[in-house]
Amino acid sequence: MLASIGVTSIEALFDEIPEALRSGELTQTPSGISEMALLRTMNERARLDEVQLSFIGAGAYEHHIPAAVWDLVGRGEFMTAYTPYQAEASQGTLQLIYEFQTMMTRLLQMEVANASVYDGATAMAEAILMAIRANKKNKSRRVLVAGDINPTYIEACQAIVRNQGIELEQLDFDEDSGLVGLDDEPGEFAALVVSYPNYFGGLPDVDALTDWCHENGALMVGVVNPTAMALLKPPGEWGKEGADIAVGEGQPLGIPVASGGPYLGFMCCKQAIVRQMPGRIIGRTSDVDGNDGFALTLQAREQHIRRAKATSNICTNQGLLVTAATIYLSLLGDVGLRSVAMQSHQGLQRLLSHMDSTGKVKKRFTGPCFHEAAIELPIPAREVLPLMAEQGILGGYDLGLSFPALENCLLVNVTETKTEHDLTLYMTTLSTVLEAKGC
Amino acid sequence: MAEFPTELRYLKSHEWAKRDGDVVVVGISDHAQDELGDVVYVELPEVGAECQAGDEIAVVESVKAASDIYAPVTGTVVEVNVKLEESPELVNEAPYADGWFFKIKASDPAEVESLLNAEQYQALCEAEEH
Repeated sequence: MLASIGVTSIEALFDEIPEALRSGELTQTPSGISEMALLRTMNERARLDEVQLSFIGAGAYEHHIPAAVWDLVGRGEFMTAYTPYQAEASQGTLQLIYEFQTMMTRLLQMEVANASVYDGATAMAEAILMAIRANKKNKSRRVLVAGDINPTYIEACQAIVRNQGIELEQLDFDEDSGLVGLDDEPGEFAALVVSYPNYFGGLPDVDALTDWCHENGALMVGVVNPTAMALLKPPGEWGKEGADIAVGEGQPLGIPVASGGPYLGFMCCKQAIVRQMPGRIIGRTSDVDGNDGFALTLQAREQHIRRAKATSNICTNQGLLVTAATIYLSLLGDVGLRSVAMQSHQGLQRLLSHMDSTGKVKKRFTGPCFHEAAIELPIPAREVLPLMAEQGILGGYDLGLSFPALENCLLVNVTETKTEHDLTLYMTTLSTVLEAKGC
Repeated sequence: MAEFPTELRYLKSHEWAKRDGDVVVVGISDHAQDELGDVVYVELPEVGAECQAGDEIAVVESVKAASDIYAPVTGTVVEVNVKLEESPELVNEAPYADGWFFKIKASDPAEVESLLNAEQYQALCEAEEH
């Protein structure tokens, strides 16, 4: 094949990519194994995954998924469909994505939504790139990122933007509140990225942050949990003018927790900057006979037409997962989603009050939380979690993995899936483990 | 048949330029708008932006393509056609009149004279079609 296109080697194909941008040999990636060996490895590892009571959130949340969701998603009409190149021939798929976009704009109170991107972390990276393109007030390529955002998101964003001359500057979070503060003289920056709730489940003052951001001539990017938006103030209503771009992880909307996904990223923005939004956008229109129809819009910005000058190289969407999220939201409705959010919040509050009564563990940060909180133990979390797991409980995420100063802290999540009995069991197990450790 | 007004100068990339004192008005040719089809959006430069001849400073988007618009001369953008924001169809309806894009205060207005004349540009368009 190389000979017929006149290229001498595989390496020669990549000649036009500058040396500095190449990854080089992937030393962490093992060489291939046979199908038989792979199946055996996967089966062995799958057996290690016992069914446990999970209190781990940290970006992926276990919610009840009505049986109808994946029953419908698994139908051949949805399952085998891909955003087709003659898109308009697939009116069903387009209508579904259009409904998804409508739901997301209502949930976030934003003006436009796209058809989704890969996941929450890449949605945040795309939002950063988009904000830099869209900011007409300054030419800065510096972006302020709240330090209380999911650290894996910040890492993914760094990987995506670091070769594009974009500087991500992390704002430290306060030791007591876990929230980021405002700087009097922040210097010029293109955008501010804030998470709501933040990684520790806490609630930054998004109104003040949004107004401060706009006063400094920057665009406001909100990274939000979609379930929380049923209870909390949606990004479209933050501050005087609302957030400019809102993104997040759609997994809580009907997608099971799985190691590594696939998940789905959602992305909304203000109408004024819609031409800078990456990805597919489905519009509603009418045909020559006046019948309703759906069409791909703003395609001219994409890479199959614009090549290297495309708005973004994301031209696809998580079609199947969008289908799941859309069915999930339509089954729950606004009342149902609010109930899920409320029960999750109340569950966490009950767990926190049980903890208070032990006197051994306490909430690490001040201020209210949504459905997740950092709790502080008398000893490092890594010494406690394996012992809880032996009792069938995944007790939370070890915050020491990302923040060395928080090695005694666990990030604990409660959703509507946890009963009072589960909460009691959690507390009993935690107390027993701590006692065994001499605390 | 596309029009090629003789009082204008042209770029290979299908912009036209008209000198008016030290200001140069820029738009896209009748031939270009015809090739693009219905123009749905024009992304204009900021007033005050500085440009070098050959810089990409605007984007015209039709239902089938999005194309860069190049600055024909070096200078500063002094005015943009804000009417295009609400009525991009003016580019199709009157490419040489109401459909103009922006005006550049040229550092060397004589630069315009070095661009293609109508005859040369028309020959180029005809060659492209064959």
